[in-house]
Amino acid sequence: MALLEVRGLVKRFGGLVAVNDVDLDVEAGEIRGIIGPNGAGKTTLFNLISGALKPTSGTIKFDGKIISGKKPSHIARAGLVRTFQRNAMFPTYSVLDNVMLARHTRINENLFKAVLGTDRKDEERNLRRAREIIEFLDLSEFADELAQNLSHGHQRILGIANALAVEPKLIMLDEPVAGMNPTETAMVTDHLRRLRDEWNMTVILVEHDMRTVMETCDYISVLNFGEKLMEGDPGQVSRDPRVIEAYLGSEEIDL
Amino acid sequence: MFVNWKTWLFLIAVLAVAGAAPFMVRAYSTEVLILFMINLILVCSYRIPTMTGDWSLSHVVMMGVGAYATALLSKWWDLSILLTVPLSAVVAAVVGLILVTPLIRTKGFGFFIASFALGEFVRLTWVKFRDPFGGPRGMIGIPSGELGGIDFFEPVPYYFFVLVFVFFSLLVMYRIDRSRIGRTFKAIYTDAELAESVGIDVPHYRALAFATGAFFAGIAGSLLAHRLGAVDPKNFDVTTMVYLIIWIVVGGTSTFWGPIFGLTVMTFVFEWSRPLLEWRPLLFGGILIFFLVFLPGGLESLFGKLRERFFTRKPLGKGSAGSSGT
Repeated sequence: MALLEVRGLVKRFGGLVAVNDVDLDVEAGEIRGIIGPNGAGKTTLFNLISGALKPTSGTIKFDGKIISGKKPSHIARAGLVRTFQRNAMFPTYSVLDNVMLARHTRINENLFKAVLGTDRKDEERNLRRAREIIEFLDLSEFADELAQNLSHGHQRILGIANALAVEPKLIMLDEPVAGMNPTETAMVTDHLRRLRDEWNMTVILVEHDMRTVMETCDYISVLNFGEKLMEGDPGQVSRDPRVIEAYLGSEEIDL
Repeated sequence: MFVNWKTWLFLIAVLAVAGAAPFMVRAYSTEVLILFMINLILVCSYRIPTMTGDWSLSHVVMMGVGAYATALLSKWWDLSILLTVPLSAVVAAVVGLILVTPLIRTKGFGFFIASFALGEFVRLTWVKFRDPFGGPRGMIGIPSGELGGIDFFEPVPYYFFVLVFVFFSLLVMYRIDRSRIGRTFKAIYTDAELAESVGIDVPHYRALAFATGAFFAGIAGSLLAHRLGAVDPKNFDVTTMVYLIIWIVVGGTSTFWGPIFGLTVMTFVFEWSRPLLEWRPLLFGGILIFFLVFLPGGLESLFGKLRERFFTRKPLGKGSAGSSGT
């Protein structure tokens, strides 16, 4: 059984069918790319899976449980966490505090604990783990720096750190290397591979940058006009005439 | 250890001043001090929902719920003041929870207006139903309460009774501010979408913040009802709400101390401007506009700016803050 199973997913906005009857199976431990020309429905699919949008019909099953129609916070607690296309973070907090804030799900907080201060033990454990996550993503030297003072590239990596703080089984990244220079891009793709190899994480990558997708992903699903055009490994996808045709006129496949 | 020592010293100093205060001033000023203490709970409790970014226009009505609950509890069952105050707080929290359930579907300005509408709904219920709420004239004859033979009609004993509630209310609210829940509230304010994505159930926490605020507003309302001996629906209308907003705008909301500064300063302004009478709303309006335009962060931001200018701490290093002082 796949970790993430999407069956017959449909999303209509009025008369527009943004996502039409999409099936998707993502196995545990793989890096899956989702690509497609502009307007293919990638972001809609992404928002449907993460719970930001509710599907018109179809089901999404994660880790054996149906998550379609649930709230994003519920889905995050189930172990599926997303990042954002924008630089989403808590800008006036330090890098370490960002990750600590994002570890919300790891603590059973309530008002009485808060007032009595009995949550300190949990917080110490959280702090250790937060430092580990920051270390893993090479952000240690900025641990005490305010998030808003980081460079664009590091802010995007902090977005990934915040997602990892939830201790997910699957992390969905929305264009993680958008606006990055080649060095930063290489850094991120390296992190993603290490996430899969060392932390056994499953990754879904929605990305415009073809080079990143081809180099990083084990398997790629191609969307076009809201439907799944094909699936395959990077070699198959880049050779497939349908994919090339879909991209012609909108965007060149840049290899 | 060192921090603890300082904190203790601070607490003892505050309690010593608060304990000595009623003996240093005239009887009238003791009444002012009691009102100040009650308002202190109110203004600090108002900050709790604002931590999540929810500016409500019904907070004073929540205080009114506490006051009316006290009036009814005293009238029906003749309960001791030790019971009416906490029970009224619970009633206010429950009413707050009911009101916030539809409110969390709105945010920002929508929340502001919707909370006003729901608050007026509650307030007009008091005006409309002569039985049991006394209608437009409100209710009278609420006992001032007594404890162990001490009559709280006398201002000084009641002052100390209020002081105990203020102390514990502020202590709990301070703990909430410093705890993970406080940080969760602030995270929602900073970026609700991101907060939701990392597993924070945003509507749940917004409702929790609102109900917690209502709970403490209920304590304030109950203490007020016992002092005045009467409740009047006009006391909880939007005019009072505007005063509350002025306090909190003058002080600022980003730290626990902001609203306290704001209330302290504005209480002095209020008392000193008594001779101005009908000009007072104009003065207060002017102050509100002045702060919104020139010091949107409130007085607390002034302290931050001064500290950055004169005691620039090491981690700030490049000091991007100093320039904003002028």
